[in-house]
Amino acid sequence: MTLPHPALFTALLRIADDRLVLGHRTSEWCGHAPILEEDIALANIALDLIGQANLVLQHAGAVEGAGRNEDTLAFFRDAVEFRNALLCELPRGDFGVTIVRHFLHGLYSVLQWDALTRSTDQTLAGIAAKALKESRYHVRHAGEWVIRLGDGTEESHRRAQEAVDALWPYTGELFMQPADEADLMAAGFTADVSQLEAPWRAQVDDVLRRATLMAPADVWMQRGGRDGRHTEHLGHLLAEMQIVARSHPGAQW
Amino acid sequence: MVVSPTREQVLGWLEDVKDPEVPVLSVVELGVVRDATIDIHGGVTVIITPTYSGCPAMRVIEDAIREALELRGVAQVSVRTTFTPAWTTDWIPESAKAKLEAYGIAPPGPVMADDELVPLRRAAAGPRCPFCKSSRTTLRSAFGSTSCKALWVCGECTQPFEQFKAI
Repeated sequence: MTLPHPALFTALLRIADDRLVLGHRTSEWCGHAPILEEDIALANIALDLIGQANLVLQHAGAVEGAGRNEDTLAFFRDAVEFRNALLCELPRGDFGVTIVRHFLHGLYSVLQWDALTRSTDQTLAGIAAKALKESRYHVRHAGEWVIRLGDGTEESHRRAQEAVDALWPYTGELFMQPADEADLMAAGFTADVSQLEAPWRAQVDDVLRRATLMAPADVWMQRGGRDGRHTEHLGHLLAEMQIVARSHPGAQW
Repeated sequence: MVVSPTREQVLGWLEDVKDPEVPVLSVVELGVVRDATIDIHGGVTVIITPTYSGCPAMRVIEDAIREALELRGVAQVSVRTTFTPAWTTDWIPESAKAKLEAYGIAPPGPVMADDELVPLRRAAAGPRCPFCKSSRTTLRSAFGSTSCKALWVCGECTQPFEQFKAI
């Protein structure tokens, strides 16, 4: 057996942490969504995302070979060790922000999982094939809501447009290929995310047009999450997510 | 006494292990159990695949499989998880779909074709109502009480019902 590439662990964290952090953010809606159906939908999406993170972190732990498992990686890393895109950690905002973010990230997710089904890492390819089905289901739900909100009432249109404007500067990072993944990409382990931007943009524009919304032009793109430089929001999210596991390490129930 | 079962026997025994969230289907009918292998000492390895990445029932199913085989006298049971090929509702046989409908859950239709990576339009035809069999049904929520179900309502008998999501 050949040793796993040292960069593979970090690459897997980038994939897993997006889903873990966005999944946890989404779970904040549980019991607070505007209507019961959406409460159920968001809780289900959160569950799928955290499930995907669980599988990838399990694999990352095995690849690292240092005895860390999915729970250790989720609950005993600090913010600087997380590799999620900044988009995933921003506060949940209103329902418009939640839906627009699910749409923007979900579409990226579908394209990334699709590319990863062809990974030379068989475990990752298997997880991707499974996650792809779930993410397609999520993005369909979010896309329909973007159209409904954008092309809805005056207020829903205004809020949806504000959400697009607020989140747009965080979308560029999704397509910035990390330099330390060059070897992995060449070996077919990970997908070249920079190649995903054009198909992503085409789909986004199609839905925004139907939603009578506009993508902002010439925006400075924020970055840092893929290298562990985060907004102040991640620490607060992790504090809540990790408190039980850290207060009672190894607890079983 | 050490029992050395056959693969067919093991899969037959696992028909008694029901899905904890859909107790009318066995884990074999659901397609969660993919295969079983028996080693020369009579130890059994059951290969399972998760329905959804975050399905909370998977651990319960693993435990139930172990318990069921130990009850049959299998000394060594291990459960291994595989992700390939990815679980699909197309694996659920027609006989099991009929059981689902009789239980009040509309069975999944065929999985949508992959011609569009990001499908925004839903398939036109909804499931028929498992209670009055009317096809005048409306999707109420694309998500339901468990990962694997969506929520519908019947326009004929006004009964809300769940459908197994086709995935």
